[in-house]
Amino acid sequence: MTHSPKNRGKCEISLMVNGRPETVRVYPMERLLDVLRQELGLTGTKEGCGEGECGSCSVLIDGKLVNSCLIPALQAEGTNLTTIEGLAEGPQLHALQTAFLECGGAQCGICTPGMILAACQLLEKKPNPTLDDIREGLSGNLCRCTGYMQIFDAVMEAARRNPA
Amino acid sequence: MRSNPADCELIAPGTLQAVLSLLSDEPGQWLPIAGGTDVMVQYAAGNLPARRLVSIWNLPELRGIVISPDEITIGAGCTYTELQEHDVIARELPLLASAARWTGGIANQNRGTLGGNIVNASPAADSLPALLAYEAELILVSVRGERRVPYLGFHTDYKKMKLAPDELIRAICLGRRFSNYLHYARKVGARDAQAISKVCVAALGRLRSGATGSVIDDVRIALGSVAPVPLRLTEVERIAKGKPVGPELVQLTRKMTTGAIQPIDDIRSTARYRSAVAGNLVAEFLQQLRGSGKTV
Amino acid sequence: MTEAHIIGKSVPRKEGRDKVTGAARYIDDISLPGMLYGATVRSRIPRGVIKKISFDPQFDWSEFVIVAANDIPGKNCIALIGDDQPCLADGMVNHPEEPILLLAHEGRHMLRQAIEAVSIEYEPLPAVFTIEDSERRSQVIWGTDNIFKTFLIAKGEVDSVWAKADYIVEGEYTTGAQEQLYIENNGVIASFDAKQGITVWGSLQCPYYVHKALMALCDLPAEKVRVVQAETGGAFGGKEDYPSMIAGHAALLAMKSGRPVKIVYDRLEDMTATTKRHPSRTRHRTAVGKDGKILGGEIDFTIDGGAYATLSSVVLSRGTIHAGGPYYWPNVRIRGKAVATNTPPHGAFRGFGAPQSLFAMERHMNRIAQVVGLSPAEIRRRNFLKPGQTTTTEQTVREEIDLGKLLDRAVDLSAHDAKKARFAQENEAGSIRRGMGIAAFLHGAGFTGSGERYLASVVGVEGCADGTVRVLVSSTEFGQGTNTVLCQIAAEALNLPYDYIRIAQPDTNQVPNSGPTVASRTAMVVGSLVRSAAIGVRQTLTAGGTLSTSYSPEEFRAACRRHITEHGELRSYAHYEVPAGVLWDDLKYRGEAYATYAWAVYVAEVAVDLSTYSARVEDFVALQEVGRVLHPILAKGQIAGGVAQGIGFALYEKVVWQNGRMQNGQMTNYIMPASSDLPQIRIFFEEMGNIHGAYGAKGIGELPMDGPAPAIVNAIEDALGTHFDSIPLLPEDIFEAVSAESNGELVSTNTKR
Repeated sequence: MTHSPKNRGKCEISLMVNGRPETVRVYPMERLLDVLRQELGLTGTKEGCGEGECGSCSVLIDGKLVNSCLIPALQAEGTNLTTIEGLAEGPQLHALQTAFLECGGAQCGICTPGMILAACQLLEKKPNPTLDDIREGLSGNLCRCTGYMQIFDAVMEAARRNPA
Repeated sequence: MRSNPADCELIAPGTLQAVLSLLSDEPGQWLPIAGGTDVMVQYAAGNLPARRLVSIWNLPELRGIVISPDEITIGAGCTYTELQEHDVIARELPLLASAARWTGGIANQNRGTLGGNIVNASPAADSLPALLAYEAELILVSVRGERRVPYLGFHTDYKKMKLAPDELIRAICLGRRFSNYLHYARKVGARDAQAISKVCVAALGRLRSGATGSVIDDVRIALGSVAPVPLRLTEVERIAKGKPVGPELVQLTRKMTTGAIQPIDDIRSTARYRSAVAGNLVAEFLQQLRGSGKTV
Repeated sequence: MTEAHIIGKSVPRKEGRDKVTGAARYIDDISLPGMLYGATVRSRIPRGVIKKISFDPQFDWSEFVIVAANDIPGKNCIALIGDDQPCLADGMVNHPEEPILLLAHEGRHMLRQAIEAVSIEYEPLPAVFTIEDSERRSQVIWGTDNIFKTFLIAKGEVDSVWAKADYIVEGEYTTGAQEQLYIENNGVIASFDAKQGITVWGSLQCPYYVHKALMALCDLPAEKVRVVQAETGGAFGGKEDYPSMIAGHAALLAMKSGRPVKIVYDRLEDMTATTKRHPSRTRHRTAVGKDGKILGGEIDFTIDGGAYATLSSVVLSRGTIHAGGPYYWPNVRIRGKAVATNTPPHGAFRGFGAPQSLFAMERHMNRIAQVVGLSPAEIRRRNFLKPGQTTTTEQTVREEIDLGKLLDRAVDLSAHDAKKARFAQENEAGSIRRGMGIAAFLHGAGFTGSGERYLASVVGVEGCADGTVRVLVSSTEFGQGTNTVLCQIAAEALNLPYDYIRIAQPDTNQVPNSGPTVASRTAMVVGSLVRSAAIGVRQTLTAGGTLSTSYSPEEFRAACRRHITEHGELRSYAHYEVPAGVLWDDLKYRGEAYATYAWAVYVAEVAVDLSTYSARVEDFVALQEVGRVLHPILAKGQIAGGVAQGIGFALYEKVVWQNGRMQNGQMTNYIMPASSDLPQIRIFFEEMGNIHGAYGAKGIGELPMDGPAPAIVNAIEDALGTHFDSIPLLPEDIFEAVSAESNGELVSTNTKR
């Protein structure tokens, strides 16, 4: 490890991000959110509150929804991360993305990446969710614009299109 | 983000032994961090005094749920999600499963750990009343070995606990003796989900046939957010045992509950409200017990 | 209703794909080469004199850029209306979190420590925190009497009605501050170049407001200030005037350092330092006849504006004009007043004064109903405005609105009567008490009175070389659908596919001033101008002979290309003209206050759990007449979002104040409804058209904010039989009222600050 003033204390962290191997040199207590946004240029993951309440920073680690603003970089070593940028397959959008577009699930869009990933995890666990399942599954993702109604519509629609 | 990552060290030795050696060699120097759902909030707010942290996230020795005939042993590093998704816990320890479902949202449940909830020692911690009601025991570990202590009395005052500076919680043990009890849990927060509790009740109860009808055979009532530490209402339990659930008992327990707790006014709620609601929920529990048919 | 090929259809959101793929670029997603990060040193006291500013000598200040009031090239103020708010405090502070110094550094993480390394000594002065404190004038903190503005609406002969009244009903109603809580915090990037001047990119609603403010602050002419709106993550009024402040700060740092500067607030700073909804107190005294008809009354509407005037006069105006609700007042005196306190200035938030005064009106109608012995529905029916009658400002209702029928429909959709009957029985046992509540209201769209004339909005539509059409407006998208609806309107006007139309990024170098994106004016007023300008483009082509009056899209493209080849550009501008018959008297505060009103009746079903005293909305019907629904999904989205914010306003969102500073400035402790807190919000529209709006549309962005709170509190009163006159109404407040009642006490739930 080099000990130049800027690098002192930094460490190398390797992880998979959206299917690609990445290695970054960061302070171990850098927030994963900032690693994604600053080091990897993946600005789709957003900061809304910095305290794990709003869910705008949600990503999937090893398939599990987490708030990246609360994860120190070191703890992401060796993990498999999915961010919003990793959902679409080239021009082909994920069913949830299409459903959000068609049902009005995104208004200002700032909560949308986290919300879609939360919906992803929900549909993984419950491919045929009831409205209450959706309410509970998304309760850690705050939206100020939509009043949630059209988000629920979008998740129901995506579930309908991908019958388990 | 009100902290500077350059000012902090975080290491991940990778085994429990290595972490314990570190805590023993350099006592008071390293703050253990598991899922980070409490520590990282303080860090982001610029309120974390610690500058050196040691990661205990994903340590294999702290994971896992072991089911034996008399006991369920939960690794301190088990997440709330793991608690909710475990069949036996959902069936036999529903108070703990409910608490796991109420703590934060899904993303925080995937990272928050039971051990972390205990050590963070918030009076509002969701799992602690359940641990009190189930009479959980903690396995504490250090380089000096292991010891097993009842959870009751572990927390001595606001954010103070009987944990040596070189110790970690390795596991939480709960007996499998509550299958014919009524399990009652209720959390009152500012909104339905993802809210810090204003009042929290976890209670167990069982009836038996008496001369003139059902009486309370056994009862445990635990409350959170109404004192610097979670409380077992041992006096209320003592009075209630052997009595029928009627308006007199409910009235008496309501009064005793108010007397036993020390709620405060804070940014979330008021002492008077907490007091009234605590009384209401204990009364509700007893009324449900009466109608429960859960008899010895 | 005229046939339309795109209007009325839910076309895809123009920038939707970027939003769902994470490609949309908000301010904090953008970096410029050599960029510094900026931060603000803020006052820790509510009021006082700055005695000394010291910089910790142990700290290395050499790498920091520091800006103070004396660095300001132009006028040290945020130019808006009254120009009384300093950009940086100079000698005196008047509210907690008031900006005093600016710092910038390359390392984002260095700034918090630097802020802590500045110490400021103050000589504190006594401060004022409530409307009552301000009125008492024990401290005069603004002007000569703490009063930013007053309005008086006087109609008929109020003083003569008291003697004739069968009932005189009084009430006092209060509403608390509310935080807009857009999920994207305020942020800007500024860069400065001696030749080109200042450029600011920001999360904002009104590029030209910022432009005007920067000209005055930086002492630069119009062509040397450029403001560009970035993708904006929610606004709701919270980014109407505040961005001028943060932009000014970034601009000053950029000018001093010669490098681009980014300032992005974290949640705590945004909540504690920026604008909120004005707290209010409304007093009603109403003379009512035996039949429940209002004979006349006095309404006293007071709002707390915080430490500086900023937008308070306009919020006051709208609140005062809406204070009488959708009812016929033969005689009325309405006094509006905005007062100063030592808190961060309050500002625009969806509804802009109307949610406050309409809360009072709709609670008061229920009180009148009780006194007279009529149902809440019936008291409203007997007092609703009818076509041909005049409002409190003597504006004649010219459209054929039948509010009684609207009410009947809402009552029917919500199963109001059947549920009330059922609840009367069910409430006898168990710990849940349910109730139904109604709110009827109106919301004027566009700027008040002479406001639209003063704005003199201009819109451009441009035919491009590639045959597509571009809409040129300063109206911004922040979720409500500006981009989509304005493109829809242009497509409709030109009879082209929606995909042919694009909208320019709001950049003051590129687009004319179509006015601020506020006041529910975008679809209606700006949309109208877009339509005109689009028709202008078509007329240019048809007049020029390159296009026949009926054409295919390909023919249009070809004509467009041909025209540009020949003439270089194809642009048409439309300028706002005051519609005939919309006459407003600013002095007497009388006349056509708004070109049009949208009308609504909302019905809430609420359950109160007496074991926890928590109220929960279990069903909600939102029925509104909106002229024309241009885009069903967007329209429903606006209503649902507004209702959710209204539910928050009523039951969840409390700002906890201490000495003028918000104590709960984190999402953990400032509670907005999450997905599991809301019922299905059932939304219904009626469309009567609107001669003053594009394709008959009325503005609807703010309307849904006005109804939920009073409907909910009416429902809670129905459930518990207890008066509640103050919001937010938390379980702790319900508990106090319920336990006081059971102790035989009367309690006021007016929560004081």
